[in-house]
Amino acid sequence: MIRDITLGQYYPAESVLHKLDPRLKITGTFLYIISLFLVRDLLGYAVAGVFLAIMIAISHVPFKFMIRGLKGILVILFFTAIFNVFFTPGEVLLSLWKLDITKEGIRVGVRMVIRLVFLVIGSSIMTLTTTPNRLTDGLERVLKPLQRFKLPVHEVAMMMSIALGFIPILVEELDKIMKAQSARGADFESSKLAVRIKSMIPILVPLFVSAFRRAGDLATAMEARCYHGGEGRTKLKPLRYMKRDYIAYLLLFVYLGIIIMTGIMF
Amino acid sequence: MSLIKADKVSYEYIRRDKDGSVEGVNKAVDEVDLSVEAGDFIAILGANGSGKSTLAKHFNALLYPVGGTVYVEGMDTRDDEHLWDIRQTTGMVFQNPDNQIIGTVVEEDVAFGPENMGVKSKEIWERVIRSLKSVDMFEYRKHSPSRLSGGQKQRVAIAGVLAMQPECIVLDEPTAMLDPLGRKEVIASVRELNETAGITVILITHYMEEVVHADKVYVMDKGRVVMHGSPKQVFSRPEELKGLGLDVPGVTLLAEELKKNGIDLPAGILTSQELVSEICRLLSII
Repeated sequence: MIRDITLGQYYPAESVLHKLDPRLKITGTFLYIISLFLVRDLLGYAVAGVFLAIMIAISHVPFKFMIRGLKGILVILFFTAIFNVFFTPGEVLLSLWKLDITKEGIRVGVRMVIRLVFLVIGSSIMTLTTTPNRLTDGLERVLKPLQRFKLPVHEVAMMMSIALGFIPILVEELDKIMKAQSARGADFESSKLAVRIKSMIPILVPLFVSAFRRAGDLATAMEARCYHGGEGRTKLKPLRYMKRDYIAYLLLFVYLGIIIMTGIMF
Repeated sequence: MSLIKADKVSYEYIRRDKDGSVEGVNKAVDEVDLSVEAGDFIAILGANGSGKSTLAKHFNALLYPVGGTVYVEGMDTRDDEHLWDIRQTTGMVFQNPDNQIIGTVVEEDVAFGPENMGVKSKEIWERVIRSLKSVDMFEYRKHSPSRLSGGQKQRVAIAGVLAMQPECIVLDEPTAMLDPLGRKEVIASVRELNETAGITVILITHYMEEVVHADKVYVMDKGRVVMHGSPKQVFSRPEELKGLGLDVPGVTLLAEELKKNGIDLPAGILTSQELVSEICRLLSII
């Protein structure tokens, strides 16, 4: 059960997308999501879809990995569709008891579902092709302007990368605690939900206690190695834009241009 | 000038009850005098709660003495101006390997110290490569630390300190959570650094076998230094050491028992080779 957890779901492969600068990928994903909310007609969706399909093709990541992200939002997708189909006023196609299915409802529902599917696949392409480290590095740089508004950008990025590093350690610890509690007769497989929830307490309490102790130790170790915030820090692997990144930026703006054009022309 | 000098250093933990009012004071370190010369291999021995780890944290300005003074290269550790110089001069390796690794890749973790110091990227790379090579972990540079063994993780931690180019490394029970093999690896790395690179080592431990090769041994009990001298001098008093809750190495105990039974052996035998050669010497006399 524990081994199924995959966070920072990086898929190692040698593709152009993997090599691109994380700042570009973050900006690109962000702009792509915005573009999804700009499009209104079929042509726009087609353009966004083709763009996504090209990205999937050049990412060298198996398609099933991208679909996996969709499983998590299946419920949301379902309800989005249902609510839109039933609660959009317009030309009634079919009346079921008190609920009306309208033509507009179907149109809006389908659109919302496509939007969400594209959005999830689009952002999972980013996380699948970028290592968690590069992702936090990129995020730190992209959000750096916010530091002027006293937002602790460096600290948040540092916390994220440390948290990612500690996931395997905490998972191992969780496993150990669960085994220890099972050995003392704890019941994690009961069919009763109440029993199962209750049995989580003796797992979570020691896990939290040890996580806090680890955090204290780590802070001491970081201080011992001269950590004093982001100021004056250099990087082992500084982010540098390459030629391919500039080309990618260009293509991104071409895509955005096309999306805006379809919106104006039709 | 000594590299590190402790002058009547004391430290107290204040015990508080639930309401936060003072319940009592624990003297963790009690008027300790100690001096470390550049290039020394110093060992600090002591049972649990003897104050040895608390003392170690003073050398890196992680704790400030309540009484007395600690000087690192002549700098008072209480002087905030020199804080980063002090932390760079004496690097520190801690007990739990998992709780001191910051990077998600070995090479990134080793780079953490120099990154904080603002070293240029190109030089960080040089330092990372050199440090990893000197603890024999270079081929693991792209690995995730979570997949390494305990001994390997500790060696990565040592490399992380080395990358800051310290004069001295303080190792606070670096082998306490390792298996025997990992312990050997770590101690071998530390000795090598001391002998070939001339880095000063302060090893804090409760395993006596690890201090056999030290230049000087300090034994602590209840916050005080109760014995100090060469390993030979210290180990020639096994009864006292046992009384302090320390395990004397088996060979030393064996030699001691033989001596009690009238065999003419010198005091303070530390290794099995030594015992063998002494016995051979006796046999040749007969």
